[in-house]
Amino acid sequence: MALAESRTRGAPSTASQPAWLQNVNPVAILVGAVILIMPAIASSFILTQIFGWAYMLGTIALSLMFLAGYGGTVSLAQMTIAGFAGYIVAILGVNGVPGGMGWPWWLAVPAALALSMIGGAIIGALAVRTEGIYTIMITLAIAAAFYYFTNENYAIFNGHTGIDGVPTPVFLGVDWHAPIPFYYLTLAVAVLCWLAVSYVARTPFGLALQGIRDNPRRMAALGFNVNAHRIAAYVFAALIAALGGILLVWSYGEIAPGTVSVSAAIDILVIAVVGGIGNPIGAFIGALIYAVLKTFALDFLVAFGLDGNRYRLLIGLGFLAIVFFSPDGVIGLWARWRHRARRGSPRSQPPGGGHG
Amino acid sequence: MNSFITRRPIWSLIIFVLVIAAIWLVFAPWPQGFEAVFGKKKLFLNAVINGITLGGLYFLVASGFTLIFGLMRNVNLAHGSIYLLGGYFGYLAVDATGSWLFSFVVAFVVAALLGVILQVAVFRRMEGQDLRQTLVTIGISIVLADLMLWGFGGNSWQIQTPTWLRGPMDLPLVTAVKSSGEAVYLSYPIVRLVIFFASVVIGLTMWLVLNRTRIGMIVRAGVDDREILSAMGVPIQLVFVIVFAFGAGLAGMAGVVGGTFQSLSPGEDTRFLLASLIVVIVGGMGSIPGAALGSVIIGLAEQIGLAYFPTYAIVLTFLIMVLVLAVRPQGLLAGR
Repeated sequence: MALAESRTRGAPSTASQPAWLQNVNPVAILVGAVILIMPAIASSFILTQIFGWAYMLGTIALSLMFLAGYGGTVSLAQMTIAGFAGYIVAILGVNGVPGGMGWPWWLAVPAALALSMIGGAIIGALAVRTEGIYTIMITLAIAAAFYYFTNENYAIFNGHTGIDGVPTPVFLGVDWHAPIPFYYLTLAVAVLCWLAVSYVARTPFGLALQGIRDNPRRMAALGFNVNAHRIAAYVFAALIAALGGILLVWSYGEIAPGTVSVSAAIDILVIAVVGGIGNPIGAFIGALIYAVLKTFALDFLVAFGLDGNRYRLLIGLGFLAIVFFSPDGVIGLWARWRHRARRGSPRSQPPGGGHG
Repeated sequence: MNSFITRRPIWSLIIFVLVIAAIWLVFAPWPQGFEAVFGKKKLFLNAVINGITLGGLYFLVASGFTLIFGLMRNVNLAHGSIYLLGGYFGYLAVDATGSWLFSFVVAFVVAALLGVILQVAVFRRMEGQDLRQTLVTIGISIVLADLMLWGFGGNSWQIQTPTWLRGPMDLPLVTAVKSSGEAVYLSYPIVRLVIFFASVVIGLTMWLVLNRTRIGMIVRAGVDDREILSAMGVPIQLVFVIVFAFGAGLAGMAGVVGGTFQSLSPGEDTRFLLASLIVVIVGGMGSIPGAALGSVIIGLAEQIGLAYFPTYAIVLTFLIMVLVLAVRPQGLLAGR
């Protein structure tokens, strides 16, 4: 499986453009503009159920993409981290369960982020003791253990029913639970995380991480502490996943063990792989496809005279098809299609990276 | 054995003391004061025997998993789905023919066929691409889980225990001594004991086949170095298919066992996949004795945890895994 970043930078298009525009794809500008004015054209259902949800899932999948694409370790525990952060916010903050701590959000959120990063460090410390496919097994075991624990533990996690009545905070005079503010909140977090991942990938730390992905033994010989880099990658990924998880709990107003179930953890992997695990934007493309599929599969399947409850079958088959035919996801399909189109007409403009 | 004692005298002493303590706990009637602190002996004995028999079931699932992993380096995350599918088909077979033993044959054949299809149609095409194979097994498990939900619904199903195995039997283990001096023996469901002994027999047979026959020699050689093995003219693809079919078939049979012990419902596939993962992580990947040891440890941990601190039972299992990873990342009985 090609985990390496396969994106090629677009060639400078025309000299008349300002320098900062030269590497920017016109498609990206268009997509960015559409995303920004989306609240003006889409219904609040589309805004929150499709796009808001896709940004949140995409953020969590982005953390997996960072670990897998740059760190070379596939962790299935990212949804667990996200759910853990959500639980912490729900437990420490205001909630509808007797015995809530009632902390204000600006105290609960940093606490949740910090605890999630500690959790990420612990998971990382366990996972780096193993390599490759073993890591998947260990993180899957961690994810499943956390799910069963939340399901059975009533003292902290309120068991099967979970914790409800978690309000989205109101700050800066805006009720962030309303569809349009929440859309922009999720968008802002998603874009910030995407920028952070893209930036970290270019820092010395990110480059060392990619070196470790490609050849850990050589990097160790060069004097890099392989395990420390990997654990740091887990901590950074945990921060991103935790942000996504906090948004999730605000969006639903509740959190239950189902959020951190094994199938949810696997869905995050599916999202990252379907989008394209070599590129940060792939996580969001995958999340958008997943959100659309999950929301409209019912109508879609019924329209074809099939049982509407079979959306997981559809997701599974789609995932299998992607893994079989395009290991680098939808991004890879797009890149190949572009490559073929370019070869077909050599004079056409080569578009740049497909990021929005 | 002797070399272990001379090399690790302190560990040997600790293990010896623990074994003696365990034997005393199981066989001797507990004194009054002891029972006051640790609860009834019956509770403890039940937890221990439940744990060991559950370990037998885990072994059936995990041994196929570890065998497939050891030979083909393929983490088959669809193993839990094969378990559940075998269980469902076993249920159908019992329903149709009324024969409990026959359902094992049906479950084995169905699961083994699925294994053959998986190996021939999927894994042979992506040999050496570990991550991609793993992703494919995830996709297959999603598809199978939904197909099974479609076909068998969301209710839980239980396979009827055959009449000749129904009811309890007395074990020669004293749970308490009555004031008249008469000993009370532990009574336990026959079917669980029979299944446990069957899994022990299967385990021993596997060990014998692996260590005493030609095909076992080929499989062991393949675990060590499959390139050299195929260079020596062994039809390695055929060996892969056989091992995959056998491992999947064992999981399918375990499905019938699980359906009789407990029940079959959506979600059980994940549970048994998780159990197999933890068992092989604890016991050592690719090692059959490791799978046996890991199964018993995890089964015991789960049942003892369930008996004494129910909400933290899963944490005990998890802590064992963490401890093993911290001390011996390759697993307790891994060769390498």
